[in-house]
Amino acid sequence: MAGGQERVLRRRIKSVQSTRKITKAMELIAASRIVKAQQRVAAARPYSEQITEVIRNLAAAGAGGDSPLLQARDEVATVCVVVVGADRGLAGGYNTAVIRTAERALQAERDEGRSTALVTVGKKALNYFRFRGYEIADSFTGFSDNPTYEDARAVAESVTARFESGAYDQVRLVYTRFLSMAAQRAVALTYLPLEQAPTDETSGPTADYEFEPDPGEILDRLLPRYAEARLFAALLDAAASEHAARQRAMKSATENAEELITKLSRVMNRARQDAITTEIMEIVGGAEALRQGKGAPEDLLVDIIGGTRDLLPDTLDLRR
Amino acid sequence: MALAVQVVSPERILWSGDADMVLTRTVGGGEIAFLDGHAPFVGALGIGVTRIRPTDGADVGVAVHGGFVEVSDNQVSILSDAAELPEEIDVARAEEARTRAEASLRDEHDAETEAALRRANVRLEAAGR
Repeated sequence: MAGGQERVLRRRIKSVQSTRKITKAMELIAASRIVKAQQRVAAARPYSEQITEVIRNLAAAGAGGDSPLLQARDEVATVCVVVVGADRGLAGGYNTAVIRTAERALQAERDEGRSTALVTVGKKALNYFRFRGYEIADSFTGFSDNPTYEDARAVAESVTARFESGAYDQVRLVYTRFLSMAAQRAVALTYLPLEQAPTDETSGPTADYEFEPDPGEILDRLLPRYAEARLFAALLDAAASEHAARQRAMKSATENAEELITKLSRVMNRARQDAITTEIMEIVGGAEALRQGKGAPEDLLVDIIGGTRDLLPDTLDLRR
Repeated sequence: MALAVQVVSPERILWSGDADMVLTRTVGGGEIAFLDGHAPFVGALGIGVTRIRPTDGADVGVAVHGGFVEVSDNQVSILSDAAELPEEIDVARAEEARTRAEASLRDEHDAETEAALRRANVRLEAAGR
């Protein structure tokens, strides 16, 4: 019966409406978190800029020839890939993009005949690779949407320790770079060995620095911090990207829900009107039949409708 | 001319402003003061209190647990992944940590507890206690 269809539609509209409420809330939350994440990216910049500056000065003074974190290995046998993904889904293509980039990077290394190792950040990346039977050397979860420096330090320490011990000859970092509110791109870059900071010619002869202790020792203390700062910057960028991706995904989900509600409401209204029309037709038809059967005068129809209002079916109750 | 001083942690700029003098301690344990016109300098910092004397206002003591300092063109940058301003220091907790460390040092000496004691002392010194 038509009334049943109406009830089904009403239930569906309710469920889409509550879904929209959730996606709308997530959209707003993500939007406010992007701003915060971007502020954190900006706040972290002075430190990494200054530390790069100090390294440049140290390099200009001739330090760093033999620091293990700077040494490129002659023969690269094992490459470690660090994937930075999210802990939660519902972020559109965010996780997929970064995972795909990581898989391509792993494949490229294997094609070169090197063995690979995998370190994951974020639950989604961990689950994806574990499900596919990858061996995961180390994994970190629980901070993808709001990483602290301590988190970055934990990841950096785990990776640099194995790089220094020779377990890895190279470390690649795969994360999502935040280009703008509308564009984020998954990138793969070489994390270790650290790139020798280019000596800046434009600043001229600024190499007459005093050092205490000597440049080599300062550099040895500085490089681990530099590695941490770089990883921290990547984590912050990834977090900002995650929020941006989620905001976009939730925005289109909300729009889809609205569209669906409009469509379903239309179908439901039509179903209700059809039902009402059918009922009226039935009553009219019935009255007609009665009149003809009795051969009674025309006013019988008026009698039925006027006198027995409470016998009319619920569907004629137009208040709903 | 004053020094432009910045105390920077990985997460944010802790303190920045003009100062007449910055006094800090390098790894070797030597104290070093920077005044207007100091020669370019790069140093690794030990654990200690870095004192900043702003051009106006009272001295600021920053508890620095390792870090770096760079000085050039009257700009002093202090980089530290563990630095605390006095108002951020939980004095009660630091005092408790000191008492605890001192008590356990009476029984046996180990490097970790000694470092904890030193950190607590530096915090309390920076907080002016």
